[in-house]
Amino acid sequence: MWDRIKEKLEILADAAKYDVSCASSGSSRKNQDKGLGDTGMGICHAYTEDGRCVSLLKILLTNHCIFDCAYCVSRKSNDVKRAAFTVQEVVDLTINFYRRNYIEGLFLSSGIFKNADYTMERLVLIAKKLRTEHHFHGYIHLKAIPGASDELMQEAATYADRLSVNVEMPTEQSLHLLAPDKNRADMLKPMQYLKEGIIQNREEKKQFTKTPLFAPAGQSTQMVIGATPESDLEILYMSNYFYRQMNLKRVYYSGYVPISNDNRLPAIGTPVPTIRENRLYQADWLMRFYGFEMNELVSLDQPHLDMDIDPKLSWALNNLHFFPIDINRADRVLILRVPGIGVQSADKICQARRYNKLTWDHLKKIGISVSRARYFVVCNDRQDEYKSLTPIQIRQQIVNRAHSKYAANFSPQLNLF
Amino acid sequence: MQAVVYDGSFKGWLTAVFDVYEHRFKSVQVYKEENGEQSMFGHVHHTGTEEAKAGRVWKGLQQKLSNRALQELYYAWLSELKGIETHMLLFVQYAFGSKASIENDYSHPSVLLISQVAKKVHREKHRMEAFVRFQLTTDQLYYAIIEPDFNVLPLISDHFEQRYADQRWMIYDARRRYGIYYDLEKVEMIEVSFQQDSLSGKDISAVYDEQETLYQHLWQSYFKSVNIASRKNTRLHIQHMPRRYWKYLPEKKPL
Repeated sequence: MWDRIKEKLEILADAAKYDVSCASSGSSRKNQDKGLGDTGMGICHAYTEDGRCVSLLKILLTNHCIFDCAYCVSRKSNDVKRAAFTVQEVVDLTINFYRRNYIEGLFLSSGIFKNADYTMERLVLIAKKLRTEHHFHGYIHLKAIPGASDELMQEAATYADRLSVNVEMPTEQSLHLLAPDKNRADMLKPMQYLKEGIIQNREEKKQFTKTPLFAPAGQSTQMVIGATPESDLEILYMSNYFYRQMNLKRVYYSGYVPISNDNRLPAIGTPVPTIRENRLYQADWLMRFYGFEMNELVSLDQPHLDMDIDPKLSWALNNLHFFPIDINRADRVLILRVPGIGVQSADKICQARRYNKLTWDHLKKIGISVSRARYFVVCNDRQDEYKSLTPIQIRQQIVNRAHSKYAANFSPQLNLF
Repeated sequence: MQAVVYDGSFKGWLTAVFDVYEHRFKSVQVYKEENGEQSMFGHVHHTGTEEAKAGRVWKGLQQKLSNRALQELYYAWLSELKGIETHMLLFVQYAFGSKASIENDYSHPSVLLISQVAKKVHREKHRMEAFVRFQLTTDQLYYAIIEPDFNVLPLISDHFEQRYADQRWMIYDARRRYGIYYDLEKVEMIEVSFQQDSLSGKDISAVYDEQETLYQHLWQSYFKSVNIASRKNTRLHIQHMPRRYWKYLPEKKPL
């Protein structure tokens, strides 16, 4: 029996791993009445050899699927081993892994069997069982199956901390091309429903002291990057829409790992676009934490992010007239825009400069990347030698100094489209 | 140079701070008793723990520092780094000597150091919350061994008590030879001296629950299955899971 469970676990973990979400933070669920588990800041309990974090038991309930999406390993026409867990098996695995401190909770997704509601019902049943029978207060992330009913979505949100609908493709055309069984509207409908539910729940919380939790860690989604020819502009436009219009907590970018000989897709052996994925995450962070607007990073004239340098440096070089800024006087919003200075360093700078005029030595100790920032700031010990450099010269100096860990991936990736 | 040698407890260190002020010591170095480095100095002053003195210093600090800064001071002390007690003293003297709050003055070397060391200790605390791996014993105790860089058991206790409220567990710091034990009611600090081969001995199955190895195997194969081989990134893997922690992680042991 154990061998069979082990085999199922291998098949269904393998099939789930292309979903990159691993967050276990942001929920407000607390242990009650000496039950099991707790949520909080989110903990990564392990890291796989590809450097990604393992926070949740991330599995599919089954990889049987009635859909035939070209980019997916579990697509109907793919000749892979199929397996399905029983409800009890998923519950036992979750509880026993959790008790040993291997995981923060469960991330459960599934291939679509029979229909959307039937599948969603099983996912909800597992979450319900964990919460009510096992008094489990750990983190649960459920996949919202596009097309499932509002009632099921409502029930899912009462037991899960986070729900996500993967839009998969950045544009409707790509979705139509690669996933003919799916449609965009089915994906956006549950997202919209959850958004409204979350807002309503927040309002109720203000009025009543005891309001049940409703997807306390919010929603997220994922887009596959590099399977289709969208520009970074189109991708970031969608992210911006999800953050601003749908109140999503996170958008994940999953560099396409070639798994199929389908001629609509990059061939097997094409490198995973890790660097592009990385640049998109950098841009995403700039939009969420650094006060950048999407159109400052990409535009119709420049629809792609620069692959050689990060988007913040790229913006700074295109806008050199803002620099150099005075580290001892400039507003926090401007300091945040300096390449080489992160959010924490910016905060430290703003606090420390109230006591002392800051020098390069201070900045170095605070932990900023001086080799980048020195082109863009002045501080108490003036250093104006870089003032006369052109953007191209600065760019070259920085690029030559850096040894990118992705260097090996550069050329094939840039030739992709 | 004046050496002040204290008993190795946090309250002992507070007592030492009191004595520094009482005796008006100048250019002080503060040491733990067991370090034995004090012989280098001409003047040595020994302190134990005196509740009254420690209490007065703590109360004084509470008026000068925010809770965050007080916590950082305690975190820095738990680092057990060489010379940290002296920097903590300099930090405290700077705080007591200034009218305005100094805790964010990162241009002061001791203020910056305390904050940086506290951050390292906090990171170690977080790592231990992640890397503790319980094994279920035959008497249904969830048992884990760790060897953290810093003395973080006092910091992780609440986290595990809150999370595993319905199971008996124990976490043992093999480097510092003490552990914390939760008996379903409260967490206690306990000192255990294991006989050399009681747990590392030949008959593991006699100690651990019959399902223990099975779940460890399941976890190992899960860990292997979620890896995407075409994205291999060893540098990142090691950066997040430094080798020194592998010893007690079942997923890093051969299948």
